[in-house]
Amino acid sequence: MFAILQFCANIALYPTDLASFYAAINRNQEMPLSTPRPHPYMPNSVPAIRQEMLDVLGVSTVDELFEQIPEDHRLKEALKLPPAVSSESELRRHMLEMLSKNTSCEEVLNFLGGACWQHHVPAICDEVVRRSEFMTSVWGTASSDLGRNQSWFEFTSQLGELVNMELVALPVYSWGCAAGHAIRMAARLTSRNKVLVPRYLDPERRAVIKNYCAPPEMASTIEMVDLDIDSSSGLIDLADLEAKLSSDFAAIYFENPSYLGQIEVQAAEIAALARKNGAETIVGVDPISLGILAPPGDYGADIVVGSIQPLGIHMYCGGGLGGFIASRDEARYAYEYPALMISIAETTHGEYGFGLALMHQSSYGSREDGKDWTGNSTYLWAIANAVYMALLGPEGFRELGELIIQRAHYCASLLQQIDGVSVSPTSGFFKEFVVNFDDTGKSVAEINRLLLNRGIFGGLDLSAWFPDLGQSALYCVTELHNESDLHCLANTLTEICKK
Amino acid sequence: MKTPLRKYHAPVWDEPIIMEMGVAGRRGCHFPLAGDAVTAAVGSAADLIPDAMRRRAPPELPEMSEPDVLRHYLHLSQETLGMMGISLFGTCTMKYNPRLTEDLVARPQVAELHPNQDPATLQGVLEIIYNFDLLLRELSGMDQFVFQPAGGAAAAYTQACITRAYHSARGELEQRNQIITSIQSHPCNPATSAAAGFQVVTLMLEENGYPSLNALKAAVSNRTAALMINNPDDMGIYNPQIKEWVDVVHDAGGLCFYDHANFNGVMSKIRARELGFDACMFMLHKTFGVSKGGGGPAVGAYGCTAELAEYLPGPLVTKNGDQFLLNDDSPTSIGRVREYWGNVQQIIKAYAWTRAMGAEGIAEASDISVLMNNYMEKELLKIRGVTRSHPDIDGWRMEMTRFGLGQLYEDTGVTAVDVQNRMVDFGVDAFWLSHEPWVVPQPFTPEAGEMWSKEDVDYWIAVLQQISDEAYSNPEIVKTAPHKQSIHKLGPDSLDEPDRWAMTWRAHKRKKATKAQK
Repeated sequence: MFAILQFCANIALYPTDLASFYAAINRNQEMPLSTPRPHPYMPNSVPAIRQEMLDVLGVSTVDELFEQIPEDHRLKEALKLPPAVSSESELRRHMLEMLSKNTSCEEVLNFLGGACWQHHVPAICDEVVRRSEFMTSVWGTASSDLGRNQSWFEFTSQLGELVNMELVALPVYSWGCAAGHAIRMAARLTSRNKVLVPRYLDPERRAVIKNYCAPPEMASTIEMVDLDIDSSSGLIDLADLEAKLSSDFAAIYFENPSYLGQIEVQAAEIAALARKNGAETIVGVDPISLGILAPPGDYGADIVVGSIQPLGIHMYCGGGLGGFIASRDEARYAYEYPALMISIAETTHGEYGFGLALMHQSSYGSREDGKDWTGNSTYLWAIANAVYMALLGPEGFRELGELIIQRAHYCASLLQQIDGVSVSPTSGFFKEFVVNFDDTGKSVAEINRLLLNRGIFGGLDLSAWFPDLGQSALYCVTELHNESDLHCLANTLTEICKK
Repeated sequence: MKTPLRKYHAPVWDEPIIMEMGVAGRRGCHFPLAGDAVTAAVGSAADLIPDAMRRRAPPELPEMSEPDVLRHYLHLSQETLGMMGISLFGTCTMKYNPRLTEDLVARPQVAELHPNQDPATLQGVLEIIYNFDLLLRELSGMDQFVFQPAGGAAAAYTQACITRAYHSARGELEQRNQIITSIQSHPCNPATSAAAGFQVVTLMLEENGYPSLNALKAAVSNRTAALMINNPDDMGIYNPQIKEWVDVVHDAGGLCFYDHANFNGVMSKIRARELGFDACMFMLHKTFGVSKGGGGPAVGAYGCTAELAEYLPGPLVTKNGDQFLLNDDSPTSIGRVREYWGNVQQIIKAYAWTRAMGAEGIAEASDISVLMNNYMEKELLKIRGVTRSHPDIDGWRMEMTRFGLGQLYEDTGVTAVDVQNRMVDFGVDAFWLSHEPWVVPQPFTPEAGEMWSKEDVDYWIAVLQQISDEAYSNPEIVKTAPHKQSIHKLGPDSLDEPDRWAMTWRAHKRKKATKAQK
């Protein structure tokens, strides 16, 4: 069956490269024009209906209605697009022909993480976010949007419990965007223009934050200063922090667990040092760790950011990202939020209702005088998150966290036994850890190629981003990896790394 | 023929907040337990969690069973009108979201892809992105698109970042620190410009409904970095001098960005490139049929000329022979505006929508949206209390018209917000009012687009007629609306007061307790 499909793709009516597009169009133009069929997506493409409206307007053609557009602005030729695939069956087949060329993480053993992680997505999360009411909503009234607004409030409320903060905004595009906004909030709060960030930071996230900080030519520039990481512990070098911290710094931003997976045990000391210097403490977290790890609110974080993707959202090749911003519920913080904030409220009849708070300070309310900017974000995912957190509850988060930390360490212990392979540090991480291959004589790229041939997506190659780590990869272990998966990885690596 | 009004009533579930639900000990899901071999090898979880970082008190989350969680959120979905009724929410271009594409992206071949996989294992998704770029090039005349911006505002921000990089490369960034926009351009243009560090120069409307060319000429200088503008604006007025505008800004050394938020009425009719623009933006969650999800995940597809392509955020999808590749090599790239390549599942949906429509379908959608709007305008202006912006400007509007209920308000005291609240009693969701600042008193902005049938639009008009009649005969019924919704309208408490707002349940509980003590 599959071979037949592949063969047929060569002669399919809807080829996918541009040259074939045009060939198909030309062929189309040679065909006699039949009566056009009303398009399934457009109820008014029935000629009689169009005519009825034209008659009401007293015009003979639709063209007359475009009188505002000067003639010399008009496109002179018809668009060169491939022919329409208006039948759902053909469109589905066309899409599947392309999508079948992907290999999904479900078909292999995947150890990629970094800033997008393969976790289990409960079926109910998908069921709820695919409800037409949620999926199609835009903005209604406080009454007609009640269910969506309440779901959003249940997202902020439950996330507030996980991070131990009373103020949580609606989500932003991603963790990197959340961190960027938080750093800008801190700069406005302190009227300072430097921020300390860990030297090992996800390069994607770093690049996002860099854009938020503006280049040095701009008056609003924020300078990013790197913090050293102790190479043996993977933790922030406190001496370096003390040496660098000064009254110029708006904030220190660090992550827990760190990008390379380590649990930052000095978090409280770091926050205290920041406070002593009048700087804000911004902590980035993986919320899925918070069933077992201390919430940032407990160790002195002022602003907490992180990814919402682990909480019930598929990876979608990076399309499942979303970020959150949370803080203590103090006016000075609330007044700096760029994101929309949903508050519980009361109706005229004493029912629960929900409304947007402090809307005037958003870019919708104040244009360039607002706080940064906002717009369409990742609000549907807030509903998936709300469902996820409610399904897990306190016990689910604890159970999941314990499973992940145990299996990640188990995996590390297996890899550590392989000749030429070392895990550093060997413990103290949550779900990700650094595996070094220097002594195998092979590069990560080579090892990952060999793993791929054996049905395994190896860990994220760190060698180009952090050359000082040598040939190292970041391995991610989640609840989806069972013991035999981890043994399979270890056995395969043992075979591959043999000299 | 009078359109009959439906006997609508929204579901009322009196659903508690989830934080009030559940029973201690109940579980909504299980995870496997680490086996004995694992624990024997590495110890228990307690052994592995550093003591300083151990969570001391469990999070106060609800404890619920799986079916109870499902039913709670199904109830909440039913208490959301979405597009179950009729929503002509202007500027957002309400479209049909083909369910086929929702099915397609739910498949593991999309949902379970990691962006750092070897590109050899991502050929299908790369092919779709590559080909969709080609389709958008044809629709705009631009040379390269990128899909990383996760919304229209993020695309405007991308433009602001590219503007910085472009002038920085010429050593002129310190000098060129102004971005020009118009008061009717979307707020994201001035807001992202300011966030990127630019001063914003806003041009006001003049008698034709758009700022004058002379005002633009007076505004440009050697400090001009860029122009960021919508056309047509949300009032349905197309600036016929836009080519001259672009020339003026180019002559001054600035870049020109076309915010195509209002693309629906002009798609297939004009192309940004031929009007002289350096870059443009399409919203895939509006014009290209992707579901809105209550405000994202979204995509602001950003396209530009070859001259600006070196600054685009990476990676770009390129093709070598039969292989699709990710190219992140440009040393002058602005890096990232968001991690990875954007909301990939939404790009796939937009590609499928564009293929389903084809050139003829897209042209027809644009025709229908402009036809519907003008039909609607003609009917709405018959309703007492309804006026349109710039009544002196004769002629047909584009795919939207800005209307006003200022007359209705003066006559009856009924506001546009009251009317929104009454419309939902008939299963018609709120109309869009207007972005700030309001240039028309009590504004409202419906947009019919191509998906709503004429019967739907006639129903919408009939509902507004009914509410106008009520406003003039029994305004209280409008001012106290809604009456047939899941809840009544919000009380008078301001949510801008620190002791009143509560963005989480725990803040609500604390503030309520404090209030009770007083």
